Amino acid sequence: MTYIRSKFRHPGLPKNELGYTTQEYEGAISTLCAGCGHDSISGSIIQACYELSIAPHRIAKLSGIGCSSKTPTYFLGNSHGFNSVHGRMPSVATGANMANRDLVYMGVSGDGDTASIGMGQFVHVIRRNLNMVYIVMNNGCYGLTKGQDSATADEGSKSKKGVANPFQPIDLAGLALELGATFVAQSFSGDKEQLIPLIKAAIDHPGFAFINVISPCVTFNNNPGSTKSYDYVREHMEATGTTDFVPEKREITTSYEKGSGTDIQMHDGTYIRLEKLAATRDPFDRLGAINALQNSRNHNEILTGLLYVEPKTSDLHEIIQTSDRPLNSLRQDELCPGTLALADINQDYR
Amino acid sequence: MHNSKINDFVVRFANVNGTGSASANYLFAKAIFRMGIPVAPKNIFPSNIQGLPTWYEVRVSEKGYLGRREGVDMMICVNPQSMPSDVADVKSGGYFLYDSTKALHQELIRDDVNYIGVPLMEICLREFTDPRQRQLFKNIIYVGALSALMGIEFEVLEQLLTEQFNGKEKLIAPNIKSLQLGIQYIHDNYAYPLDLRLERRDLIGDRILVEGNDACGLGAVYGGATVVAWYPITPSTSVAEGFEKHAKKMRIDKETGKKNYAIIQAEDELAAIGMVIGANWNGARSFTATSGPGLSLMNEFLGLAYFAEIPAVLIDVQRTGPSTGMPTRTQQSDITLAAYASHGDTKHILLFPSTPKECFEMTAGSFDLAEQLQTPIILMSDLDLGMNDHLSEPFEWNDKRKYIRGKVLSAKQLEDMPHFGRYLDVDGDGITYRTIPGTHPTKGSFFTRGTSRDEYAAYTEDGTVYARNMARLLKKWDTAKDTVPAPYLYQQENKSPYGLIFFGTSTDSAEEAMDIMAGQNIAFDALRLKAFPFNKTVEDFVNTHERVFVIEQNRDGQMRSLLINELNTNPQKLIAILNYDGMPITADTIMTQISKNLIPAKNLVYHQ
Repeated sequence: MTYIRSKFRHPGLPKNELGYTTQEYEGAISTLCAGCGHDSISGSIIQACYELSIAPHRIAKLSGIGCSSKTPTYFLGNSHGFNSVHGRMPSVATGANMANRDLVYMGVSGDGDTASIGMGQFVHVIRRNLNMVYIVMNNGCYGLTKGQDSATADEGSKSKKGVANPFQPIDLAGLALELGATFVAQSFSGDKEQLIPLIKAAIDHPGFAFINVISPCVTFNNNPGSTKSYDYVREHMEATGTTDFVPEKREITTSYEKGSGTDIQMHDGTYIRLEKLAATRDPFDRLGAINALQNSRNHNEILTGLLYVEPKTSDLHEIIQTSDRPLNSLRQDELCPGTLALADINQDYR
Repeated sequence: MHNSKINDFVVRFANVNGTGSASANYLFAKAIFRMGIPVAPKNIFPSNIQGLPTWYEVRVSEKGYLGRREGVDMMICVNPQSMPSDVADVKSGGYFLYDSTKALHQELIRDDVNYIGVPLMEICLREFTDPRQRQLFKNIIYVGALSALMGIEFEVLEQLLTEQFNGKEKLIAPNIKSLQLGIQYIHDNYAYPLDLRLERRDLIGDRILVEGNDACGLGAVYGGATVVAWYPITPSTSVAEGFEKHAKKMRIDKETGKKNYAIIQAEDELAAIGMVIGANWNGARSFTATSGPGLSLMNEFLGLAYFAEIPAVLIDVQRTGPSTGMPTRTQQSDITLAAYASHGDTKHILLFPSTPKECFEMTAGSFDLAEQLQTPIILMSDLDLGMNDHLSEPFEWNDKRKYIRGKVLSAKQLEDMPHFGRYLDVDGDGITYRTIPGTHPTKGSFFTRGTSRDEYAAYTEDGTVYARNMARLLKKWDTAKDTVPAPYLYQQENKSPYGLIFFGTSTDSAEEAMDIMAGQNIAFDALRLKAFPFNKTVEDFVNTHERVFVIEQNRDGQMRSLLINELNTNPQKLIAILNYDGMPITADTIMTQISKNLIPAKNLVYHQ
C-alpha cells in the first residue's frame, strides 16, 4: 500500500453527463496489499458509476467484514457507506432499500463473508429479489486472518503453506442461478474490459444482480498450486484510471479478444482459463447457464461474462406492494392516523 | 360448605389446546368487563398447537386488583387429561364444573369441593350434527351454564356474540342456542345463582381490554414506523401481526392502493435486526420484535448500532429462559442481557411498560428516543403483558405532537456548514449530527462502521481518539438519563424507611401487596421504574431508604444487579423479591418474601 496520493488531476479529464470526472467517484486511498485484485474491482466500480453518470450521493455502498468489505472506503467517497458485521450485509441492504427505493445499492462482499458466515443472508436476499448489486470479491481465502482456505477454494487447491484443500468448493454463481437470482455474472478482477460493462448492467438491472469476481489474493493465495493465483500474469497488467498504487507492484489485469477463451498461465505452469461467454449462449436460459457453468468446472475452466439475466423482473418492493415513494420520505401526517382514529380503536376494545 | 363471594374470585378453565375454547373463555371474561367489573384474564398455554392441556384463568376483583392470585374458586374442567390436578387446585369450599356425560372417577371426589356436572357432550350430540359444531359449542354451553350459575346478564352475552359475528350472522343463532342450552340445564338441575357470583358495577370507566402486543403494534403505527422486520417467535409474534392489522386499515395510500409500510419476515433474528438497522440508517423508522433467544442472536448487531450510533427499536417480549426455557411462560429475565447486549463496553436504553397503554405510548415514543439518542431502544415487555388481555386506561394521542427526528442535517444545513463531522460533539451533550444517504451531492457523506473512527468517521487505531469517542458515548448516556421516561414515585416525600422498587408486569401485584400491607399498618414507599438508565430520582430513592425491596420475575435479581452496578450502592440494602416459576408474580408471594426480611417478621394476612 501507499499512503500518499497526489491531488493533481489532469485539468482536461473527461466529464460525464453530470459534469463530474472520475475524481468525484473515487474514495480514500486503499490500505489493501499492493496488487490486490480487489483494488481493480474498486476501480471498475468507479468507472462504471462514472460512465453511467449516477450522482454519487444517490448510491449507497454496503459491505460485511473482511478485505473485500474494506473496499467501499476506497471507492465512491461522496456516497454514504456502511461497513456492517460479518456476513450480514444483505440484511442491512434490505432494510436500507426498504427505507428508500430510489437509491442504487452497491453491496460488496467476499467469499468468507458470503459463502460461509453470510450464506443464510445471501440465499435469502436472492429469494427476495432485492434490487441491488451484489459483488463477491472471490479470492478463495481469508486474507485478513492470514490466508486460511475459504469455502470457495477449489478441492486440491494448495494454500501458501502447501496444504491441499480437501473440501469441495461452493460455486456462488451456480448457487445464485439455482436459487433464482435474476442477474448472474462471473468475471475476473483483472478484466476491466469485461467487468465494467457487467457492473453497469448490474446497476441497471431492476432486481438482484450478482457478480462473482475472481480476485486474486497476492499475499496469501498467489502460490504454486493455488487455483486462484495470478502472479504470472503480472506481465499482462495495465494501469487503470485510479492512482492508488505504488508502481513496483501494480494491480493485475488481462485483456484478450472478445468471444475467445484465454488461459492465464501461472509461473508454476498451472493455469486458469477465462472463457468468454460464447456468442451462441442464450443469456435468458437459466438451465443452459447452470449446465454451461457446470461443464466449465468439469474442464477446470472458469466461465465468465453474463451468465443469466431476467430483464423484466419484480423486485421486493413490487412483490410486497410498497408505496412508489420512498418510505423514508413520508410525512408524519401520512404516517400517524391521529386522535380521531384512535377513539374508534379504543371503542373496539371496550 | 360454600364460599360466599361477590365480584371477588378466580375462575379457571381447563381445556384441550386447539378445541376452540379460547373464544368461549374470552366471551366469559369480556362479559364481566361489560358488566363494569374489573377483570384480569390470563392464558396459561402449552408450547403446542393441538392436544395438550391449556388453561384460562380469570380473576375478578371489585377492588381492582389485576395481578394473578393463587387458588381457584371455580374450576371449569373439560379436559380429562388434567382433571386430577385440576380437582386438586380448587380451593376448599370452591366449585368444580365438569362434563358429566361420563361419571367422575371416585378418586376425583373431594369432600370439600362442590361439584356441578353438566353433560356437555351429551347435549351437543343431541343438539348438533356437525362434528366441529359438536366440539365448539360444548364451550359455549358451559359459558351459558356459568352465566346462570354466576349471574352474567344474558343481554351482555347476546350483544358480545352479535359483535363477534358481525358479517357472519348465520353463526349467531347456534351460539345463542348453545348458551340457552347451558342456562336451561342449570335452571332444571341446580339452585342458582351461586353465592360465588357477579353483580353489575360501574368500575371500568372508559378503560379498555387489550393485549400488550397489539398495543405495541398500534404504537408503532402511531410512532411512524415504516419498515418492520421480524422473525416468528413466541410470545412476540403478535407484535408484528398487530402492526400489520392496524397498518392495513390506516396506512394504505388512497390513490395507488399501495402500502405506506413494508413488513419483511426475515430468515432469522440476525437478519431482522440487520434490516432494522439498515432502514433506520437510511432515515426510515423501523423496528423488530423478538423474545429471549432472538435477543441473544441480535447481540452483535446491537453492539454495532450502539457503537456506530444508529437508531433502532427492538421490542423484547420476554419469556422464561435460559435457552428455549419455557416458551409459553412469562418472566422478566432478559434485563441484564438487554442492558449490556454485545461485546465490549456497551449499554442500551431499556423501557419498561406495565400496561397496554404504556406499550402503546412507549413504542410510539421509542422512535423519538432512538432518533434523538441515535442508539437502540429496547422495550422490555413480557408474555404476560404481551399475550394476555389487560384492563388498561385507553390509548391517548395528542395531534399537536410532532415526531422528534433528532439531529439530522438537511441539504440546506450542510450547504451552510463550514465542515461536517459525523461524530463531532458540537453541542456538548454527546449527541452528534447525522446525515441520511442521498441528502447532498458532495457534502455530508460518511462511512458507517463498527470499527473505531475519529470525529469525521475516518478509520483510526489511535487509542486516544478511540477513548475520546468512548467517553463521548458515556456523555450521551448521561444525557439519556433525563431523556428517557422518568420513574413513577408513589409518594411526594418519604414516609417509610422501607422502599419498594418494581416495574413492568410486577406492578399490579406489587400495588396489591402494598395495599394489603397498608391495611395492616405496614407502610412502604414505592417507585416504579419506567426506563434504564436510571435518573437521579432512582438514586435518591435508594439512598434515602434503609432497605429497598426490588420486586421482579427472574431467579437472579437482574434489576437489583443493574441498580447495584449502575448506582454503586450497597448490595445489602437491596433485597430481592423474586418469582421465577414462569407464572406471573402474585401479591401473596411478594408479601411472604417481604415479611421474612422484616425483623421481627410481620405476620401478614394473605388471601384466603
